[in-house]
Amino acid sequence: MDELLNISCKELRDKIAAGEIKSTAATEAVFGAIKKCEPTVGAYLQIFEGEALAKAAEVDEKISRGEAVGTLAGVPIAIKDNMCTTFGATTCASKILENFHSPYNATAVGKLLSADAVIVGKTNMDEFAMGSSTETSALKRTVNPWDVRRVPGGSSGGSAAAAASGMCFAALGSDTGGSIRQPASFCGVVGLKPTYGRVSRYGLVAYGSSLDQIGPITRTVSDCALMMNVIAGYDPADSTSVGEKAAPVCDYLEKIGQPIEKLKIAIVPQFNAGADGQVRKALNEAINVYKNLGAEIIEVDMPYLDYAIAAYYVIATAEASSNLARYDGVHYGYRTAEPKDYIEVYTKSRAEGFGKEVKRRIMLGTYALSSGYYDAYYLKALKVRNLIRSDFVRVFERCDCIMMPVAPTTAFKIGEKIDDPLKMYLSDIYTIAVNLAGVPAISIPCGFDEKGLPIGLQIIAPAFSEEKLLRIARMYEAQTDWHKKRPVIEVKE
Amino acid sequence: MGKKIDEALVRKVAKLSRLELTEAEIEEFTGQLSAILDYMEKMNELDTADVQPLAHCLPISNCFREDCVKESLGTEKTLANAPQREGEFFKVPKILEESSG
Repeated sequence: MDELLNISCKELRDKIAAGEIKSTAATEAVFGAIKKCEPTVGAYLQIFEGEALAKAAEVDEKISRGEAVGTLAGVPIAIKDNMCTTFGATTCASKILENFHSPYNATAVGKLLSADAVIVGKTNMDEFAMGSSTETSALKRTVNPWDVRRVPGGSSGGSAAAAASGMCFAALGSDTGGSIRQPASFCGVVGLKPTYGRVSRYGLVAYGSSLDQIGPITRTVSDCALMMNVIAGYDPADSTSVGEKAAPVCDYLEKIGQPIEKLKIAIVPQFNAGADGQVRKALNEAINVYKNLGAEIIEVDMPYLDYAIAAYYVIATAEASSNLARYDGVHYGYRTAEPKDYIEVYTKSRAEGFGKEVKRRIMLGTYALSSGYYDAYYLKALKVRNLIRSDFVRVFERCDCIMMPVAPTTAFKIGEKIDDPLKMYLSDIYTIAVNLAGVPAISIPCGFDEKGLPIGLQIIAPAFSEEKLLRIARMYEAQTDWHKKRPVIEVKE
Repeated sequence: MGKKIDEALVRKVAKLSRLELTEAEIEEFTGQLSAILDYMEKMNELDTADVQPLAHCLPISNCFREDCVKESLGTEKTLANAPQREGEFFKVPKILEESSG
């Protein structure tokens, strides 16, 4: 990898601002990596080379004139393609939105633009963020940069693969049940799901509205903090974003290097037993690193975590079935060619425009909400959700954070689970409860298995404690070199 | 919990979902949804009689904004993504039958 591509966003930003590196040079290096790696990796659905280079030149010029620039001035960044942008299309990797051009920018995207970031392109994902492998994308296949026969994880697989292979310096992802953390883990990068309400969802195409959250995917913990400094905060356009009075945002970068004194870490041995041996070994070694730093490890029981997948796939699909009712072939999106009546505009447009996993989830959610089944499934799941949340509340009364695996295995093979939806859902076991409880969690690189595939450590913290969570993550990162490892990508001739 | 899902129920749910499924999809979904719903029965192991449902993790109730006039998108932007338009309208097939009188 080009040396220039190996530095962090923070270092790049500082050097661009100091005039030591040109944003144009960094942006050209990113497009060089894209030309080399993209034919193999397939991380992007759209690339904005001309616009990006123009923006980089504009930032360079501003700096040479001594003008003030934003927090991410000149830093090349990628956006998951379920965030609305007035440039390019916003496809959600679906056929139904393949040609949709948003009339407005998502708030998180607008904040990146205001911070003078250079937008490289929009990344591939599972269709409507429904999947754990990026295989449900209707538009493209993305592979894992560490092993092209394997999935990059999902649903933000394109963002994680792009960040891992130097095709951007950082990316935005979204996480409804693990969609930032699991691909970050599979691709050996850092991924943060913020507290529900911390980052505006305005302009994020809705999947499960009570669970969705935008967050950063980066190569270092500090870069995650830097990205949060830009995207976090109240937005009047999102009624579920949290106000400054209730939970003020802070400078996540300011104290990133300061360790947490008397750190108390909870672990859930019984729950972790379900993970592969090598994943458990990496987890134990990571916990030992904290122990050596003086942390106290407390074994806890979280009995309701075992029910998270069942509750999640009722709640998320119920919300999805309602959210996706808007795709009716009338106002925007795909419409069937020759409907014989107005009903067929709906039924055929949706049948032809949605992929199988999206249809399956709409069906499941519609069933769970339908008359006669509502109490048994949807209401029951909401009650179980409350129990799961109570598990977290109880543990956080006496611990600063919880540590567990991100996924039970490292990256699995392409095609391995795609025909068995339940098997795919079960792979979300460690990430899903976090979304149901609305708390923040991060995945950071903590080793490799025997096949050379990255393993992630998940750290979960109480609501709105991202500042502390990032500092805890940085304590480990400062002791280890896992985050410095880069995949060697087979170049297609 | 509810009865296991069969093909007739899958057809009914497809209709509620406004999805025209092929015969192959109906057969496939019947098996897959049954397996998923069987798994969800796991929730019945928990006694939730005294548990409140939690739809949302934030202590937010009603969020009101100032009721003021703001600029809207405008006709051209609103219609820009329309699959079919006619003048200033979204165009769809006829909804009401022709009446003779």
